[in-house]
Amino acid sequence: MGFDNYINVMGKDFFTYMGNTFTLWMIGFVPQIVIALLLASWFVDARLKIHGEQFFKVVIYLPNLIMASAFAMLFFTLFSTSGPVNSILTSLGIVNGPIDFMGTPVGTRLLIALMNFLMWFGNTTIMLMAAIMGISPDIFEAASIDGCTPRQSFFHITLPLIRPILTYTLITSLIGGLQMFDVPQILTNGQGNPNRTSYTLIMWLNNLLRAPDYGRAGALSVYLFIVSGILCLVVYKMVNGQDNDAKAEQKAAKKRMKAMKGGKQ
Amino acid sequence: MASKNFSSVARSFIAHLVLIILAFMCLFFFYILIINSTCSHADLQKGFSALPKNYFGKNFSAVANDGTFPMMKGIGNSIIVSSLCAAICTYFSALTAYGLYVYDFKLKKVAFTFIMIILVMPTQVTALGFLRLITNMGLYDTLIPLILPSIASPAVFYFMYSYLQSNLQLSLVEAARIDGCSEMKIFNRIIFPIMKPAVAVQAIFTFVGSWNNYFVPALILQSKEKATVPILIATLRGADYMNFDMGKVYMMITVAIVPIIIAYLFLSKFIIAGVALGGVKE
Repeated sequence: MGFDNYINVMGKDFFTYMGNTFTLWMIGFVPQIVIALLLASWFVDARLKIHGEQFFKVVIYLPNLIMASAFAMLFFTLFSTSGPVNSILTSLGIVNGPIDFMGTPVGTRLLIALMNFLMWFGNTTIMLMAAIMGISPDIFEAASIDGCTPRQSFFHITLPLIRPILTYTLITSLIGGLQMFDVPQILTNGQGNPNRTSYTLIMWLNNLLRAPDYGRAGALSVYLFIVSGILCLVVYKMVNGQDNDAKAEQKAAKKRMKAMKGGKQ
Repeated sequence: MASKNFSSVARSFIAHLVLIILAFMCLFFFYILIINSTCSHADLQKGFSALPKNYFGKNFSAVANDGTFPMMKGIGNSIIVSSLCAAICTYFSALTAYGLYVYDFKLKKVAFTFIMIILVMPTQVTALGFLRLITNMGLYDTLIPLILPSIASPAVFYFMYSYLQSNLQLSLVEAARIDGCSEMKIFNRIIFPIMKPAVAVQAIFTFVGSWNNYFVPALILQSKEKATVPILIATLRGADYMNFDMGKVYMMITVAIVPIIIAYLFLSKFIIAGVALGGVKE
């Protein structure tokens, strides 16, 4: 009796839904991190003057604060077969008839990924900006004196130096992706259609809790706890390791300053 | 030299182009939302128009008076829950951060580690236990389980702790003690005002997070009078959609989203600075 629930939950469904959750997270996250890196490096670059920089920062952060369920509801109405997006596409002559975005797995997943991207890329950009600004500008100046192009300095200086924060962003985004619920729930009305291809783990947990099937819900919760726990440990080790790295870095910098001053005398 | 100028011009051009496209993607959907909420159902059936119509007032009063979706009551509930959450969360997290920063006691490290562990644990994992606990306490279908747990907010605690680390001189506390101030008075009268910037930023984030929260209220709340805004949106989605007045649907979504957007536009500098502050610490 005791372990039946655990075995029952760990069936084919579990792995399908985990795969769904992971896929949905991945197609939203990859563009998000690429664009965020690009934007962060542009915003921080002293040689590149962006007109209206504050305006762009305000605008890209805006979707992060929007209610995910209302955002999903909005996309549901906009992208429905009789909605504005289809209407625009048809009147512009790009397509002959309305596209059923939510009738195909690809369409639904892309919509969910688009929403996740819009909601989070602003946040990631601001955090990566803060990370890049933490790199001493002397390094960039020295590099540009040596004839480094912006692209070279990005790949060989910026990226390696912000690697800890990139990893931190990756893991926290993964933990967040594991919890993906609001957007697919509202978009597909809790079904994960078509054919459960957008059904995430937390949607399953929610349905079990409402059934109410507390036995299986409990088992699923324990599995999620274990997975989250492992990811959490990684983050924890990283954050603590980072503090030690930062302190070591500060000590080394201080030593260098002393040596320079000593040399000048 | 010429090639260097060209490549920097090209780079600037590409940067601005990408930013404009992204800004368009962010704003376009809200633009359509606002336009459509000014249209009547008949207007919307005709197809998309880029200009606003004049149905805003009618749609708004239809939403306000709708019995099946008590939107105004929902907004009221959301405001109560979110403001109380923001107030309670920031005060107690500041208090905890102060306690762990200024005082030395035996279980200090244990307490700190414990809070950090909870920080990275998702809430949905403990949802089942939470639900059973609340039901046994007889608090099912009330707003209390949405408000009280915000007393324990590890993320806000960590932000306050980092802020204190870089901004509080312990000599200030000692001076106050010498002058005969009691510990709680030191916190309430001296320290808490010093933490105002951190409190302001976290209050905003907590308010928004609580306003947008869907999973926990969906579990705890049952009756329509207690529903918060995300639950009403979910009910809207689940309802028989085809018979709907689409203008009213768009207006409901607008009413759910626009208050936060307006608050954001006034407070955007704080919010973005707050994210960057948190990012650097981490």
